[in-house]
Amino acid sequence: MTETLLTVRNLRVVYPGDDGDFRAVRNVSFTLGRERLGIVGESGSGKSTTGRAIMGLIARPGRVEADELRLGDTNLSDLNEAGFRRLRGKRIAMVLQDPKFSLDPVMSVGKQIAETHRHHFRSSKAEARHAALEMLHSVHIRDPERVYDQYPHQVSGGMGQRIMIAMMLIAGPDILIADEPTSALDVSVQQQVLAIMDEMVRSRGMGLILISHNLHLVSSFCDRILVMYAGQIVEVCEAGKLHEAQHPYTRGLLAALPELGHRRDELPQLQRDPSWMIDLPAAVGASA
Amino acid sequence: MIRIENVSVTYGSGASLVRAARDVSLHIPPGEALGLVGESGSGKSTVMRAVAGLIPHAEGRIFINGQEMPNTRPRATRKIAQMVFQDPYGSLHPSQTVDQTLAAPIAIHNLDRAEHRIITALTEVGLGREHRFRYPHQLSGGQRQRVAIARALILEPKVLLLDEPTSALDVSVQAEILNLLTRLRRDHGLTMLMVSHDLAVIAHICDRIGVMSRGELLEMTTATDLAEGRVTHPYSQQLLRANRGFDPSGVEIDA
Repeated sequence: MTETLLTVRNLRVVYPGDDGDFRAVRNVSFTLGRERLGIVGESGSGKSTTGRAIMGLIARPGRVEADELRLGDTNLSDLNEAGFRRLRGKRIAMVLQDPKFSLDPVMSVGKQIAETHRHHFRSSKAEARHAALEMLHSVHIRDPERVYDQYPHQVSGGMGQRIMIAMMLIAGPDILIADEPTSALDVSVQQQVLAIMDEMVRSRGMGLILISHNLHLVSSFCDRILVMYAGQIVEVCEAGKLHEAQHPYTRGLLAALPELGHRRDELPQLQRDPSWMIDLPAAVGASA
Repeated sequence: MIRIENVSVTYGSGASLVRAARDVSLHIPPGEALGLVGESGSGKSTVMRAVAGLIPHAEGRIFINGQEMPNTRPRATRKIAQMVFQDPYGSLHPSQTVDQTLAAPIAIHNLDRAEHRIITALTEVGLGREHRFRYPHQLSGGQRQRVAIARALILEPKVLLLDEPTSALDVSVQAEILNLLTRLRRDHGLTMLMVSHDLAVIAHICDRIGVMSRGELLEMTTATDLAEGRVTHPYSQQLLRANRGFDPSGVEIDA
């Protein structure tokens, strides 16, 4: 890992509730370089909330606090909504699970991609159209001209996700956050979308955060993995060495997965240890 | 227990006719679990729904427990085969308590000892009395799926039809539900037909596995053969590779 693109130190996301604050993310710290970082965990572990907090997408009454939240030379904690709007798409972008809900149903997909270009570069319609067609081409769509004029309901899920990637990368962000980008897709289409994302991220020298519940997928795709439980990072490991994970939660999850060729009468059920909920020590000083 | 002979399911007519399942035949002996895998649109759920009697079949014959199933099912035949759906958030009525959900099938089939049956079914799926008068939104995803399984079991069926029963659940909850299904199958000698896109989940529950694509049953394999990569059809091999995680080799990315 060379240059640090994103620094997160002691990120906390809190939702106030009737019985006190709910701490969805507790002192999460990590840095991201030009690499592929995976965040895994079950529902409610705070993995998506972490991604959304970085994008400035936590709605009130939710609160985001951090000792340091820095994207290159920009301090994200200082940004207001207008500041984030200039940043999103241009420097940091996000792909969500289902393209059907992320795309505007009443605008042709090409126009949606071009709109991003126009917004960030103040380009003319013709320039934006040209850039959008090039992006569609670079996500391996054979006939960009035809797809440009199609509406979201006319494209398949895999095609929709290619379009989302094109739209997210058209303004040349440094970081892409992909939150379960392939969970709504068939397995063979998943492979295509991941291969495209991989190619784009590598060729542009971007940093990628892949958020997923799928342990196999993350360990085979990413360089490094953060394992989250109850809002905290309980373990960081090299993706290829996930099977050597130490934390009982990670080990429990891996054991609970049914495995081809290793049929067990009973799957070991995860025994949740209350001690996993205890606050881990916060990161100190410069980024960990 | 289940025999399907040359079943085809079609939607629409004339030029817009879609054959969702074509000429599918399979046989599941009593007590066996058979899995169907394939991508969306492969027809795996269509076959299951035809067996359940939720959609009519255009051609072929379906037998359950030696009895031929007509397209309009007599009420009594529905007791033999019960279904569990993918999404426990969608398959339970949001404004009915667990008790009401479980009482409905008992009332429909005019069964006696409702109280006893409800308590037995809840115990069977590992839920306590305290869950009986809760609404679905007061339960976790795993607990809801347990209620859906209890609802299927309350009629004491011989066949359980499982449509992606764990794909909406977290890994740790999935393990609990899979263990529950294994135990129920053993204790009640249930015959199962299960649909999933997750090969590891299918191979965990099922003895034999059918691979479907474009409405056709391409090949029938076993959990062991699948694990050792002994599948012949190129489509099955692709499915197998994809289930092992990200593997860009041989992925055709142009579209």
